[in-house]
Amino acid sequence: MNFEDLKKFFFKKPKNALEGTEDSAPQKPAEAAIPDKLAEKCEKCGKIILSDEMRENFGVCPKCGHYKKLSARERIAMCTDTFCELFSEETGGNILDFPGYGEKLESLREKTGEQDGAVCGEAEIGGVKCAVFSMDYRFMMGSMGHTVGEKITKTFEYATEKRLPVVGFVLSGGARMQEGIVSLMQMAKTSAAVAKHSEAGLLYISVLTDPTTGGVSASFAFESDIIMAEKGALIGFAGPRVIEQTIRQKLPEGFQRSEFLQKKGFVDLIVERREMKEKLAALLKLHCAEA
Amino acid sequence: MNAYDIVLKSREKGRPTAAKYIKKLIDGFIELHGDRRFSDDAAIIAGVGYLGGKPVTVIGIEKGEDTNSKIEHNFGCAHPEGYRKAVRLMKEAEKFHRPVLCLVDTSGAYCGIGAEERGQSEAIAMSILDMIRLKTPTLTVIIGEGGSGGALGLSAADEVWITEASTYSVISPEGCASILWKDSAKVAQASECLKLTAQDLLSLHAVERVIEEKGFSDEFFDGLKADAAQFFAEKSKIPADELVEARYKRFRKF
Ligand SMILES: [Zn+2]
Repeated sequence: MNFEDLKKFFFKKPKNALEGTEDSAPQKPAEAAIPDKLAEKCEKCGKIILSDEMRENFGVCPKCGHYKKLSARERIAMCTDTFCELFSEETGGNILDFPGYGEKLESLREKTGEQDGAVCGEAEIGGVKCAVFSMDYRFMMGSMGHTVGEKITKTFEYATEKRLPVVGFVLSGGARMQEGIVSLMQMAKTSAAVAKHSEAGLLYISVLTDPTTGGVSASFAFESDIIMAEKGALIGFAGPRVIEQTIRQKLPEGFQRSEFLQKKGFVDLIVERREMKEKLAALLKLHCAEA
Repeated sequence: MNAYDIVLKSREKGRPTAAKYIKKLIDGFIELHGDRRFSDDAAIIAGVGYLGGKPVTVIGIEKGEDTNSKIEHNFGCAHPEGYRKAVRLMKEAEKFHRPVLCLVDTSGAYCGIGAEERGQSEAIAMSILDMIRLKTPTLTVIIGEGGSGGALGLSAADEVWITEASTYSVISPEGCASILWKDSAKVAQASECLKLTAQDLLSLHAVERVIEEKGFSDEFFDGLKADAAQFFAEKSKIPADELVEARYKRFRKF
């Protein structure tokens, strides 16, 4: 994926630009999604890699094969042909007056240019229209509070109304504890929206990426028709450290990774990042293409 | 009482557990076992009986009373098969148009190798999903600890009630203090910040009713029994689709 491609993805609007005001926010320029540097260090092997090379290799380290985490928009750019953002106006504050949380939100908004940890919209993948949500590790590791829960719920409601499939790129450490019970309720709220979408006979594919744990794994991540997992992703209810503390023993190698979950029967398919878009397109086409 | 005192009280030894509630509220209780997939999880006890003369399905998370029964019930920390048993019996209740009463008392779903191997996330996710669209009246009463996803798995109900010294929280105050402040001494402060007491939850609309505990006297149990029976009598008059829609709105507001 090169810069020109990314730019194209971000600026291209779907043919049926949506009426209403939801998508009136200006599209983010592609530059915002790409770090402005020439080389970077692989977080796994520590080798210095040219940023161009890293990008062209889908954010996979060419030396050791490590999957670098992608921002919500980088993921969307990589896996969709067109994307038109929705619900970008959704935002929220420190509802419980939790110490330090208000400042944390402010500084993350400044740093990431995002209101919170999810980007949603309508997209086309392989010629099939769908609603998409994508979660962002830079925003408190994609933890789900009110804003994230609301945007994902709206995405499902929008898809139910427009009769669209949903593709969800999941990345989350779990519920956002600074929002207390309100964050727990997001699990129920999003689940209710998934239920309605499903009962309307519509397809939902969740794509579990590293990490998918806690409250998000125990709600919409595992409520889909098809569960796709990115190679090597950590997926589980409890984090490995919590389990090790509980059972007082070391966990076996590969525990809670995508491959382990597939073996245990909880993941439909594991995909490499470079073929993710293609696989999504094929599944969408099979389920949704008009005869 | 401050929040931390309530946290301690919600876990106090001698507090009635789900089994006691079932004994006091349900006539002719018949326990039903197993998820028909893997095993029977004793952390969740479930079955059928009568509440105020009407058939009802009851599902409770049981912590156990003495040391032996605590071990037997895994301290009220359910495995995936517990949630799958709950869903199985909820669907059985739906088939026979029978309301479902859930009693929640857990520090959280179990964290361990077997729980992960058998899909704890998926089990809780599907429990929430299936409960929230269940076409029969549902009521959850939090009777001690309402610990995170493990509690929510049985709390996607038409209404959630809570006894006055119970809690309902996204994370334990201990977990919160250690993750956020790397300081387990700040548990009291975390208890305050999480807004997990019955009164906090009522003002946040996470629960509909706070029930006075009255020292868990017969008056307490009789009152709860009458209120729950009346609740189901009213909800049973509502067409199932409307019930599910109202439940959607209940959770949509968050
Ligand atoms: Zn590397």
